[in-house]
Amino acid sequence: MQKTYYDPADLKKFGSISEWNEELGSKFFEYYNSVFKEGALSEREKSLIALAVAHTIQCPYCIDAYTGDGLQRGITKEEMMEALHVAGAIRGGASLVHGVQMMNKVNKLEM
Amino acid sequence: MTQKSLHKRHSELANSNRQLQILSNGIFLSGELPKFKDKISETGQFPLKAKKLEILQINVGYMCNQVCEHCHVDAGPDRKEIMTRETMQQCLEVIKKTGAHTLDLTGGAPEMNPNFRWFVEEASKVGIKDFIVRSNLTIIKSNKKYQDLPEFFKTYNIHIVSSMPHWTKGKTDKQRGDGVFDKSITALQELNAIGYGMPDSKLRLDLVYNPTGAFLPGNQTALEKDFKKALLEDFGIHFHNLFAITNLPISRFLDYLIASGNYEDYMYNLVEAYNPIAVQNVMCTNTLSVSWNGYLYDCDFNQMLELPVNSSVKHISEYNEELLEGRNIVISQHCYGCTAGAGSSCQGSVT
Repeated sequence: MQKTYYDPADLKKFGSISEWNEELGSKFFEYYNSVFKEGALSEREKSLIALAVAHTIQCPYCIDAYTGDGLQRGITKEEMMEALHVAGAIRGGASLVHGVQMMNKVNKLEM
Repeated sequence: MTQKSLHKRHSELANSNRQLQILSNGIFLSGELPKFKDKISETGQFPLKAKKLEILQINVGYMCNQVCEHCHVDAGPDRKEIMTRETMQQCLEVIKKTGAHTLDLTGGAPEMNPNFRWFVEEASKVGIKDFIVRSNLTIIKSNKKYQDLPEFFKTYNIHIVSSMPHWTKGKTDKQRGDGVFDKSITALQELNAIGYGMPDSKLRLDLVYNPTGAFLPGNQTALEKDFKKALLEDFGIHFHNLFAITNLPISRFLDYLIASGNYEDYMYNLVEAYNPIAVQNVMCTNTLSVSWNGYLYDCDFNQMLELPVNSSVKHISEYNEELLEGRNIVISQHCYGCTAGAGSSCQGSVT
């Protein structure tokens, strides 16, 4: 058995998930490819969103993929890091905004 | 930033045989990755054959005022290989009789050849359709004697093709050297001022994009759009087209790949992005590359690897277009660089 849960080489095999369910796998990849096509948002903007989300969900495959994708698109490291701080701010904010719940509880229970 | 050429550093990679060994050993020898010959054989495209000549590319010398980190020529101020007037004369005889529609002068910095201007004047008399000079932009700002180059180019209706790896200073200077970005911007503004690159202008100014690291270029059209927007908004600069060119794993880029531990991953990326459609249009099938000393190659990359044309005609002095047509193209694993994704050539994507 391999000693780590993640192997970078597995990213390249992503498409093989369709082998065990052709219909749903194909539908997923068709959807996936459509999502990243230029629309109201540019492909470049979508790539940065993907990078930020990748860090939020802490998916090593996605971080690998969308860091490389960003470089290919000429996205700078300054832009990448700013996108991550957006993810970080929302993530941190999500914890801290629950502080209101904590405060409500404390205020209710304390004399 | 690399300050000296591989030759000056006496690096083993200055030796083309050593580069070819690396490209044929390791992952390719073990069969982990298919050799280029086997890959194109899968789609019945081996041997690659030269079609009718369209582009005559002449390398007038390896001397350059810059020492770019990714340079496949290993060019620099210390390189002394310069085309003589005698070889240029032989080239002119060929330019007069060739059926090629494009003449493409490259280097090093071609302008540093002492006979460059004479050669351009003489070659332009032939009336070739598209006369390209690959100018690195900073040469115009490097020395007083080069400051009138924009006007010189305009006089002879030269099509200027210049490298610009990014629209930001950081990425540009990292690849091409400190100060290159600012000088390039000034040079582009000066070229715009005399009409080069302006919308609807016949004075063609195109830019070349090479990735600033161990990754492949993205979509050429999207990159062109981003370059145009940024250069116009930030500096008021116009240009015509952007050519996205993949870095081939030879010379200084190979040295970088190995030193940074990226060589194997990069070769994997190239092989995975292999596109048989791009093979149909690779530039070696319609281009001929002439070296500073007059020898003939299928492309500028083969020239640097010292892989001469597979033909009885080896030198510009014995040039024969009919004999050269249909020759088998000389290939190795570096060729994967031209067949990845949308394909790559000195004119950008090929699909």
